[in-house]
Amino acid sequence: MIENLIIIPVLFQLLLAITLLFFFRKIKTQKVISISGSIVAVVIAAFLFHQVYDEGILTMQAGNWQPPFGITFVADAFSTTMVLLASISSLAVTAFSSVTIKKARLRFGYFPSLHFLIMGLNGAFLTGDIFNLYVWFEVIIISSFVFITLGGKKVQLEGAVKYFTLNFLASILFLTAIAVLYGLTGSLNMADLAGKIKQINNQGLVQVTAILFLVGFGIKSAIFPLYFWLPDSYHTPQAAISAVFAGLLTKVGIYALLRTFSLIFVPDDFIKTLIVIIAGLTLISGALGAMVQTNMRKMFSYLIVCHIGYIIGGLGMFTTAALAGAIFYLIHDIIVKTNLFLVGGIVFKITGETHMKKMGGIYSAYPGLSLLMAIPLFSLVGVPPLSGFWPKIDLMQEAFFSGNYFLSGCIIFGSFITLLVIIRFWSEAFWKKNEQKELKPHVKYYGTMPASQKLFLVGPILLLSLVSLYIGLGAENIIRLSDQIAAELMDTSVYIEAVLGTSHTIDTP
Amino acid sequence: MLLAVLSGFIIATITPLAGKLFRSKWSVGLTAVPLALFIYFLSFIPAVSNGQVLLFNYEWVPSMGINFNFLLDGLSLLFALMITGIGALVYLYTSSYMKDDPGLDKFYGYLSLFMSAMLGMVMSDNLFTLFIFWELTSISSFFLIGFDNENKESRKAALISMALTGLGGFFLLAGFAIVANITGTYTISEMMGSGDIFKDHPLYIVIIICFFLAAFTKSAQFPFHFWLPGAMKAPTPVSTYLHSATMVKAGIYLLARFTPLLGDHIYWNNTLMIVGGITMVYAAFHSILKKDLKEILAYSTISALGMLVFLLGLGHAEAFIAMAVFIVVHALYKATLFLITGILDHETGTRDINRLSGLRKVMMPLAIAGFLAVLSNSGIPPSFGFVGKDLIYSATLHSETLAIFITVAAVVTNIFLLYSSFLAGIKPFAGKLPSEYKDVHMPDWRMWVPPLICGIAGIVFGIFPMLAEGSIIRPAVSAIAPEVPEFHLQLWHGFNTVLGLSAITIIVGILLYVIFKPNDRHNAWMNKFESFSPKSIAAGVNKLFMKFAVTWTNLLQNGYLRIYVLTVISFLTILLAYKAFTVSSLDINLTKISALTSAEVAVMVILIVSVLYAVYSPSRLAAIAAMGVIGYCICLVFIFYSAPDLAMTQFTIDTLTVILFLLVMYRLPKYVLYTNKLIRIRDAIISLIFGTLITLLALEVHHEPTNKETTRFYAENSYALAKGKNIVNVILVDFRGMDTMIEIIVLSISALGVFALLKLQLNEFDREI
Repeated sequence: MIENLIIIPVLFQLLLAITLLFFFRKIKTQKVISISGSIVAVVIAAFLFHQVYDEGILTMQAGNWQPPFGITFVADAFSTTMVLLASISSLAVTAFSSVTIKKARLRFGYFPSLHFLIMGLNGAFLTGDIFNLYVWFEVIIISSFVFITLGGKKVQLEGAVKYFTLNFLASILFLTAIAVLYGLTGSLNMADLAGKIKQINNQGLVQVTAILFLVGFGIKSAIFPLYFWLPDSYHTPQAAISAVFAGLLTKVGIYALLRTFSLIFVPDDFIKTLIVIIAGLTLISGALGAMVQTNMRKMFSYLIVCHIGYIIGGLGMFTTAALAGAIFYLIHDIIVKTNLFLVGGIVFKITGETHMKKMGGIYSAYPGLSLLMAIPLFSLVGVPPLSGFWPKIDLMQEAFFSGNYFLSGCIIFGSFITLLVIIRFWSEAFWKKNEQKELKPHVKYYGTMPASQKLFLVGPILLLSLVSLYIGLGAENIIRLSDQIAAELMDTSVYIEAVLGTSHTIDTP
Repeated sequence: MLLAVLSGFIIATITPLAGKLFRSKWSVGLTAVPLALFIYFLSFIPAVSNGQVLLFNYEWVPSMGINFNFLLDGLSLLFALMITGIGALVYLYTSSYMKDDPGLDKFYGYLSLFMSAMLGMVMSDNLFTLFIFWELTSISSFFLIGFDNENKESRKAALISMALTGLGGFFLLAGFAIVANITGTYTISEMMGSGDIFKDHPLYIVIIICFFLAAFTKSAQFPFHFWLPGAMKAPTPVSTYLHSATMVKAGIYLLARFTPLLGDHIYWNNTLMIVGGITMVYAAFHSILKKDLKEILAYSTISALGMLVFLLGLGHAEAFIAMAVFIVVHALYKATLFLITGILDHETGTRDINRLSGLRKVMMPLAIAGFLAVLSNSGIPPSFGFVGKDLIYSATLHSETLAIFITVAAVVTNIFLLYSSFLAGIKPFAGKLPSEYKDVHMPDWRMWVPPLICGIAGIVFGIFPMLAEGSIIRPAVSAIAPEVPEFHLQLWHGFNTVLGLSAITIIVGILLYVIFKPNDRHNAWMNKFESFSPKSIAAGVNKLFMKFAVTWTNLLQNGYLRIYVLTVISFLTILLAYKAFTVSSLDINLTKISALTSAEVAVMVILIVSVLYAVYSPSRLAAIAAMGVIGYCICLVFIFYSAPDLAMTQFTIDTLTVILFLLVMYRLPKYVLYTNKLIRIRDAIISLIFGTLITLLALEVHHEPTNKETTRFYAENSYALAKGKNIVNVILVDFRGMDTMIEIIVLSISALGVFALLKLQLNEFDREI
């Protein structure tokens, strides 16, 4: 019954969350359960990944109803990679949370919400059913909403309202699109949809549906011109929460885009051109936004937007190599963006500031830690041979190859501005001399923490930095993986066969 | 070979972990690394001078075709020897120069990182490995320029240099991507011989623009030169090593390496000649106006780099020979002068040329080194510089176009360079010793021996040019030019035009030195033109760009949720409308739709009224209540279509949502009507269009034949297999039980959230982010 393994990453998080609810007010117990549980989750995810990578796609039918009538769960290389990355990120975040999140918040269900969120992410990655995907999105949006409002002040709630409104709008569009799709095909199983959608006479209607999906997922992925909720909300919650959001939330939108626009809808020229233009403008807008920010966390938020452009650009070009570049970027981005916000958290703990002009002196005070934090920062920039560099080769080459000079220009522009803002940040926060100023009473400074707490702050960053270094220096393995995923996205027959079986023929009424 | 190239990376990794070891006097031991490498590379001279090209291949990322393919030919050997040789001297020098710096271990770390990167770059036979190393040199340069990190000027200089070289780097990546696309290989040696493919390719211009931007930013060519004088904020060993001897020549290396592929084309040659020519004259002129020793040397370095680019642009074998010789000449004398400047700065505390004089009395060996360097720099026999300058003049004279004009440019440049070398190498040592420097003494031997070695080398090569000729110059040139004519480096060519030009250069230069003294007035005069300088223009462009970025960002990210929603909906509407009218055929058949009952009509009326009420209500509370009514109406619709269970769920969710909304709204400021009539009309129109489009879509879908497979399966099997008589129930709890379970969890999570919203009130101290 190896295929039941698929659901374990989901169920395990559910179990964790429920167990944590039993210890609602016992923070210490919660911390222990959460961190050790997250370690187990990484092991489970790694095992599942290993299984799928070696043996091929696994499928599971909920309630044992034959597809396409029940709900199917599918673990292919793409989804298990995402689950693995999500588990690693969440492990880092749980550890980081255990010392940075205030007790008051921990006493109001912080950890259970976190594990519900991770459960939602894992579910979304593993499901093979479009409506089930919608339901997982609900889990994600509601638990992230709980997260973003938890013990919030005015600015946090204001951000939350924008976040919720636009994401909810996205969900409505998504649901409308599913309704239309169901009306057209009578099916919700994604593998089944792939076949049925081709048999529809009115392909114009299919394209309209594709637009709905594009905009719905586009909002969640924070692409141009649908990203507004992100820079307005991501800087408001605590660093650990922002880290999960930055690393994983927009990525689940991207995952859904990549999945639906390879499996269900094969992009036509119009969609491809549209996506490429959107990608370029996302890169430009995100870069320009990051350029003007003086608030560290806002700048990071804009960088999230900016870098979505690379992945979307890969989708827009829709060749195996471009998709491989996009997937590689996605893998890199999940780890590095989570880490980036954790770094932001430590920078705040050291300086007590989020405003870059007021920071300084980190390099002189903590040279070793600074160099550690330089790893994610420069990986983000894509300084070769760190992780962000590799996918750009693929993307750049494909952009020139397919004659998308606009996109190549935008890729250069986005990379350049990222470089600029990160070295500026480095110079301000790390190099500049710290102006002696009074310590703020409500900030718990890094310098005053006992070593055990420092360990939980630095440990997660070290973990994610090592993963980043591995992605960069061991690029060979990641490239093989992303090539395989890209090949599977381009040739969906393997996926469809795994779900529906070889003998499956579509019988029309 | 892999170990040789990567040894610096290993040191860079070890130094931060080794604790105090490399902060102590033991740091001098690190000198052994570049020295060993130097000897190692020397051992390749016999093979390379026989015309062999050595290849070393190590796998790294084979799936992408990116591997450590190292290639050792004359050109890379020339650079490798320079990098390791001068590297060894700089390492030795540093151990004394920086001995009191608490960051000495980090300094060596960055320096080693740089050395490896630079070695890797000149040895790479693979486009993308070359790029990787290229970028690493920029990064290590960034850290080294900003080494004195609490100094604002250092940080600024580091940022400017990184921004410019980084920008060039991205263009290089683009250029490489195109080159790889065209040739289908990443290996440079495999591309050789396919030069014509490029020259006829429509993208040729794009490629060379990318290459030029990369090379010109890296090698500080006009108008990107201004980062280099700023980079002099770095400690002197860095200025010596990176910013005069090696890194800034990376651009030259790149251009030379790709000359066989991309060169010999009118655009290529003319651009290089014009840019190089402007740079050498412009920078040489600036170098005579400065009075800070390092600034003088910075500008004369830029000028020398311009000369190299210019020689590459001439594009014939003679020019390449001159270039190869000049690379060596320049590295030797400029290293000497920089190292001396460092010592002067270290011992006297000033670099102001007007305050330094007579130091020969206390620092004789340095004065000798300086004198030797000046000989080479000014091209006075019997130095190697003389050989080099002769070659340059004969190369310009043999140019096919504008020979006279460019020869004059070269002569003028050399005159200025001679002048500035006198300032840097002779002025501080000549004349009377001011009393304030009476107590100045010789530094540690580790500091004065390196410049002396460099200075002597410049003369030894001059007297015995054959030492360099066959071993290194000829192989280097043969890597650039298709055919190398027979040539011999020699001091004495007999009386000819070239000798005459040399004589003019030397005489006019010395006269200039005697007459013209650097002072503030010249600098002030020059500053009048500051607003036209590339540096100011770049600053202006940057300002404009920032303005644009602010405008663009504020325009999009304006903070108004209603505008965001409007943008999203408009975007979707435009796309839908475009698709609806271009591809989808509107064909709606209303006969299929069943007639309405009176109850349905009533509910619809309530629905519409509540929608309008929600939109027009001046109070948030009332609007939310109206939203609740809308939700309940939908429940009723569910009931009409015999789905009571759905209605129940909807009812619960709806109630909960209203409560959640109320809680959030409760904390928002009072409702104020911001919009005017016009805006509301606009919003109404967009809403109507959007609503109509979605309605049309729904109707059209309704019109399409439906696939009943799933429905049939549920109908047939709900009792037979799932043992339930109510199909909807069975779907909810069995066929799609997973969805239901998750929705229950969604409800639980919302309950958790509501609880926290209601109960959790943080005080000021707990709200830290």
